[in-house]
This record gives sequence, structure tokens and C-alpha cells, in this order.
Amino acid sequence: MIRAGAPVLLDVRELEASIGDKPILKGVSLEVRAGEVHAIMGPNGSGKSTLAKLLSGHPAYSVTRGSVAYRGSDLLGLSPEARAQAGLFLGFQYPVEIPGVSNAQFLRLAYNSVQAARGAEELDPLEFDDLVREKLALVDMDPSFLERNVNEGFSGGEKKRNEILQMALLEPVLALLDETDSGLDIDALRVVAGGVNSLAGADNAIVLVTHYQRLLNYIEPDYVHVMEGGQIIKTGDKALALELEARGYDWVRAEFDAARAAA
Amino acid sequence: MVAAQSTFLTTLLGSAPQRSTGMAWLDRVRAAALERANAAAVPSAREEEWRFTDLAPLARLSFQPRAQAAAPSTQAVAARLLPQAYARLVFVDGVFAEALSSLPSSAGVRVMALEQALRDEPALLEAQLARLGAYEHNVFTALNTAFLREAAVVVVDPGHAVSGPIHVLHLASGSAEPYAIYPRTLLVAGARSRCTLIEDFVALGEGAYFSAPLAEVSIAPDAAVSHIRLQREAASAFQIAAAFVEQARGSTYRLVHVALGARLSRLEVSVVHGATACETAIDGLAMIGARQLADTHTSVDHAHPEGRLRQTHRCVAGGAAHAVFNGKILVRDGAQRTDAAQSFRGLLLSERAQIDAKPQLEIFADDVKCAHGAAIGQLDAQALFYLRSRGLGEQQARNLLTYAFAAEVIERIAVPAVRSALARVVLERTREAA
Repeated sequence: MIRAGAPVLLDVRELEASIGDKPILKGVSLEVRAGEVHAIMGPNGSGKSTLAKLLSGHPAYSVTRGSVAYRGSDLLGLSPEARAQAGLFLGFQYPVEIPGVSNAQFLRLAYNSVQAARGAEELDPLEFDDLVREKLALVDMDPSFLERNVNEGFSGGEKKRNEILQMALLEPVLALLDETDSGLDIDALRVVAGGVNSLAGADNAIVLVTHYQRLLNYIEPDYVHVMEGGQIIKTGDKALALELEARGYDWVRAEFDAARAAA
Repeated sequence: MVAAQSTFLTTLLGSAPQRSTGMAWLDRVRAAALERANAAAVPSAREEEWRFTDLAPLARLSFQPRAQAAAPSTQAVAARLLPQAYARLVFVDGVFAEALSSLPSSAGVRVMALEQALRDEPALLEAQLARLGAYEHNVFTALNTAFLREAAVVVVDPGHAVSGPIHVLHLASGSAEPYAIYPRTLLVAGARSRCTLIEDFVALGEGAYFSAPLAEVSIAPDAAVSHIRLQREAASAFQIAAAFVEQARGSTYRLVHVALGARLSRLEVSVVHGATACETAIDGLAMIGARQLADTHTSVDHAHPEGRLRQTHRCVAGGAAHAVFNGKILVRDGAQRTDAAQSFRGLLLSERAQIDAKPQLEIFADDVKCAHGAAIGQLDAQALFYLRSRGLGEQQARNLLTYAFAAEVIERIAVPAVRSALARVVLERTREAA
């Protein structure tokens, strides 16, 4: 929901970043205000996943130019955990399997880390169990997933539900969901999208990184950005997503190149 | 190889006031072992079996026999006890502590210290003691046998299932003077019997001491023995241990061994399948830091058909620690349809840590399944980032992943109280190693 005067949560300016010597982001600017849902679309290798991972503090990327402010303060100097504690959440494209750590243990550690950083109450295992069972319903997950090791042996859909479950527990201010729809069948997609929608509110914002328009049938974006070659080359509303689905990405590139040539 | 005897051996052997045990056969065994020890040298790194384990720090020290056991406070001991145990044999610095022990008498199983066992079961002792524990080629088993005066003896009758674990607790009190001790365990499991043996080596204080434990486990047909071995010796202690296991037809032996302590430790496990269809599971964990060295040598001898082995070993090395694993699987000619699988994984927590692993498969039968895998690595960077992106601090994330790596072995411990106590110890250790 776009509201005039809603506070700016994320302000990315002219961001350039590389992995090793290879530039990936070549001047990205993006402003996200409270209450908004943004979709970043684009072909493979366009840099959209890099942007999501970089914003959450992935150590593989180095910023070479530009700035990122989160709720008015510099984000790039913060460790990944400090970003999470400040309310940033990355839903992983490929959630990591962690043998030997139960999902319940992991979820409670994550929850308590974030609670402690916010000066809020930490929960013991019994109290946490009540909370997590309530949230499980949101993503239609069986409680038996709590006893299993983190993501180990989970199907693609189960891993993504587990990501949304973490989002539900951590109640992020800004959620970056990286290809949350990939590998999901239509039922799982509906469940995951339903979970995301129920977590969207006036005070938080969601950035969806996605390859396909399909997800946007379930989560309605306020803005659709097209990313290519490490830049956002076009921004529109949800109609743009449908147009991309119908016409592909080439015309956007052509339009962008023509505009640049004319400038 | 004839080498000049080290100070270490000279002191140990020179200090042997060999009082008679009162049993002529036992005196003979001890004398023969002493002769072996006298002719032996401390193994050097030039020997293949000791290639990665340098005993020089041990050989430099002089250890005296423990003259008198220190009496630990009951409070210090209480924390080490296992309420679920069926029976408990406590040794303090190698000496049986009757007052701290609990030896119920019930039909089907006898749990005894050596002195009583020699009184009550002389024929069985003569037949079984030092039968499996070969001392001809190993100076440390020779030393243990030469100084044999104390032992934990467990005899389970055919068909009997022992109602709870048998806890053999070795407490090291620590002392300013380096001393030597020789713990020994004899378990004789009758046909179709079931039991759990816990050998628990714990330091109550600091101090340099040398311990050379030896266990002999004889398992009759269709019996099942679960063996848990916990090594938590003092940081400056040395432990060179051996376990000899012989399995009869259709028997099961499950060992979980965990090494956390000692400046230098080594465990040699030797399992022999003495008949068809023996099943063996060995799970080991060594978790060390600082300048510790932990060496695990296992050998499973498949001498008969249809034997089965499942083995997992994990090493976690931090600081400048050095972990060694040598896992030998011998499948003899004729041991057809043997099914063996061994998995080794090592985790290096620092750049100065070192892990050497050597799977050693020697297969002389043609209809067998033998799988093995060995991998050494560092903490997974993706998993670390995943945890940190959920708000866990970097150190907390490292600790959790390290713990998880070790937990795979700890989870195999079938006694819940031991499992959870050890999980706590390992979690603490994770924090210290950080």
C-alpha cells in the first residue's frame, strides 16, 4: 500500500558492488517506504539476488560505490546479525540444511537473539513452543518439522514454508524474499503467499525478488522493478509484471538503451 | 627395533615392587608382561602405527606408581555419578574405592573389583583375564598387565539382561608429582545376554599423570554389549588406552567413544569377529583444542562370513590441536558377505589445527560390501551466514555449528542421562574452544 509521507525504510543510492573483481551491481537506486510491497524482476544473472544478499550482509560481496540507509542510518557497516536484529530479514532462495541442529532449537535461538536485541522478552523452550505452534498454522506446517534438523531432508516447498515461518517469528520491518516462489507447486505457492500476505502491514515492507509473474498473482506489488545488467532499468506498477510475462525482457532493455542514447 | 630405554620406561619399570597377587597364574602373566615391557621401547614416529603421534613429550617425563590414592571429597564425586546405573565401580587414581562404589548382588550378573573376583571366580578369571589383551607387541598393554593389581570385572550370565548401565568411574585426583596408573576392565557377556558398560575417565584436579587403561570384552553367541567410553582426563595428562573385543556368532557390539581431555591421548580398539554374523557399531568423537593430541586407532577383523560394521568417526580440532584417526577394516579370505561402512569427518576450527585420517581397508574376500568416506573441512560458510542472518552472533553461530557436528556422535549414546550430560560438556567445550 502506497501512502504519501510513510517513513522511508530502505534507501539504496547508486549502489555498485562486486564479487572479487567482477562488478555485479552497477548503480542501483531503490526507495522502499513502510507499507509497500516491491517486486524486483529480471532475467538470470541480472543482479537481483545479489542485491538481496548484499542488503542482508552476505560477506561475499564488496560495495565499491554508493550508499544504503535503513531507517535513516547506514546499513552497510552492520554485521548480518545486527541487520537481522534491526528488523531486516532475508528469505533464502536456497535455505541451508544444518544437520545436528533441530529446527525448534534454531528457531528459538533466532527468536531470542532478535528479542534480546530489541530489549524484548526471551522465551524458554515451553513458552516458545506455544508461540511457534501458533505460527506453524500460518504456513500450514506440521509440528513434526520442529523436531527435525534445520531444513535437512525438507522438500523445496517445506524449506520455503520454513523460511516464512522464520519471518513470522522474527516479525521483520523489512523482508527481502529471494525467489521464494522457485520450486513451489501451486498449492505450496498459495500457502507461502498467504503467509507473506498475513505478515504484511502498514509498518513494514516487503521486497520480492522473483523470476516469474506467477507469485504476483498472490502477492500484489505496489511497485515492479526490472533489473538487468546490475541496474534497475524500469519501474512500474503491477501491470508491468503482466506485460513482462507476455513480452519478455528484451523490449525493456531496448527502451532503456534508446532512452540512454537519446539523453 | 632395539632402542635405548627412555627415562619414562626406566622410571616406570624400575619402580615395580611386585608383590605377589596370591595367584600363581596371575603372577606368571604379570612376570611375562614385565619381561615384554622391559624389552620394549616407547614407539617412535618412524613406526607406521605411530606415524602421526609423537610420544616425545611423554617419554621425557618420569612417572612414579601412585603410592596412595587421595581421597576426593564426596561432593566432587557426587557430580560424576550416574543415578540410573545398575552398579558402580569407582577407582581413584587406579585404586578401587569401595566406599564410593555400589555393587548390588542380584542373580544373573556380578560386578566386582579384581580382589573379590579372584576370590569368587578364580577359574573364570584364569581363563579370561589377559586372554584378549595381547601384550606381546605393545609396550602399553604390557605395562598395564605387568602392573595388574586392580580391575573392574563384570560377568553377565547367559540369557540375562542387566537392568541398567554398569558405570566404571575412574577418577584422577591430580597431584604435583607425576604418577602412573593402569585401569583395567574385564567384561564377560554370556550367550544371549544384554548389558551396557560405561567406562568414564574423569579428572577431579589438574596434574600430569600417565594412564594406560586396558579393557577386555568377551561376547558370547547372540549377546549384545553396548560400550560407552568417555575420556575427560586432565589437560596435562597422558592416556594411552586399548580395548580388545572378541565377538562370537550372532553377537552385537556397539561402542561410542568420546575423547575430550588429556594433553596426549590414544585409543586402540581391536574387534575380532570370531564367528559368523557378528554385528559391530563404532562411533567416535574427538574434540580437542590448545595443544592437545587425540589419536584413535580402530581395527575390525572380519574373519568370518556375514559380519557387519557401521563406523562413524568425527574429529573437531581447534587451537594448535592435532587429531589422528586410523580405521582399519580387515576382511579375511572367506569372510564373504561382509557388509562394512566407515565414515570419517574432521572439522578444523583454526589454521594451526591439524587432522590426519587414514582409512585402511584390507579386503581378501570377493563377495563383500565395503564403503568408506573421509572428509576434512572447516565450518560451512553458507550455514554460518544463514544463522547470522537470523540474528545469531558470529561466535554463537560458530559454536552451534561445531556442536552440531559433534552431536551426531553424541546422539548415538543410548543412555539418556549420559547423552544429555555430555551434550552440555561439549557445548561448554565449544565455547571454550572458540
